[in-house]
Amino acid sequence: MAGLMGRATTVVKAKLSRLLDNAEDPNETLDYSYEQQLTLLQNVKRGVADVVTSKKRLQLQTGQLEQALVKLETQARDALAAGREDLARAALERKSTTQAQLRGLDEQVKGLEAQQEKLIASERQLSAKIEAFRSQKEVIKAQYSAAEAQVRIGEAATGIGEQMADTGLAIQRAKDKTEDMQARAGAMDELIASGTLEDFTSGGTQLDRELEQISSQSEVDSELARLKGELGAGAERKELEA
Amino acid sequence: MIVRLMGEGQYRVDDACLARLGELDDRAVAALERDDESELDARLDEMWGVVTEQGERLDDADLTPSDLIIPPSDLTLEETRALFSEQGLIPDLPS
Repeated sequence: MAGLMGRATTVVKAKLSRLLDNAEDPNETLDYSYEQQLTLLQNVKRGVADVVTSKKRLQLQTGQLEQALVKLETQARDALAAGREDLARAALERKSTTQAQLRGLDEQVKGLEAQQEKLIASERQLSAKIEAFRSQKEVIKAQYSAAEAQVRIGEAATGIGEQMADTGLAIQRAKDKTEDMQARAGAMDELIASGTLEDFTSGGTQLDRELEQISSQSEVDSELARLKGELGAGAERKELEA
Repeated sequence: MIVRLMGEGQYRVDDACLARLGELDDRAVAALERDDESELDARLDEMWGVVTEQGERLDDADLTPSDLIIPPSDLTLEETRALFSEQGLIPDLPS
């Protein structure tokens, strides 16, 4: 059984030999290969952009969850001040769930950042090799006989083909990761929209209503006290006038 | 010999380095065969370490083909198997 290095080498070279098999006219091969390289370079650039987009979406969700945390904390405090420990507990439980969600998002953002760095490194290497290939291809076209050119093309194409396979793999892996994140981000958006995560901040829940009641009750109480005070003062004034 | 670390770059390594890589490679294969992902990752990490520490990095613009290619350690067992399978993990080149 061949080692991992041997197997990986065989796999990559097999990809490339298929590529070179199609070659009949050396000049055509060179131009065709160069076009493929440029296409791949575009793909890797697009891959970087996709990762950045996904990352922004996760960062947006992070912001939403952070706001929810602040609101839940305030609501817990209000509930406690009103002597409703049960409500305060419910709000804090929701806060703890939200915090766990936030930590998860944080991990995902870091994962995407790692993918982004890999893609950028791959893009840099591919770009440098394409530039080298481009100048070599002109030399080969200008200076060598068909037989010699075939050998040199084989070397140059294998050298850059390896990088292309490598970059292709980096793009594929980033794409898989990004799609996975998109699915999760979509699920999270749904959670936020349905109010499961933001129950307390969306205004429609039992807890929200109860908290509202507490605050309106205390408002009524203070209004009552104010009115009583005014009435009391008025009665005193009448007594003095009489 | 020129070694490529997949997703990282190419390095020129000497015979002593190659011998060490060969030993680690045998252990990595054994780990893959008994589904021991953490052992596989550890050996691959070690192979990467040997190459990056003892090898000499080739310039990005160098077009020399590699003699050996070492897979990354952050693949899952399934991905590593897929890498070596008929269909492969590496996508076809754009046409």
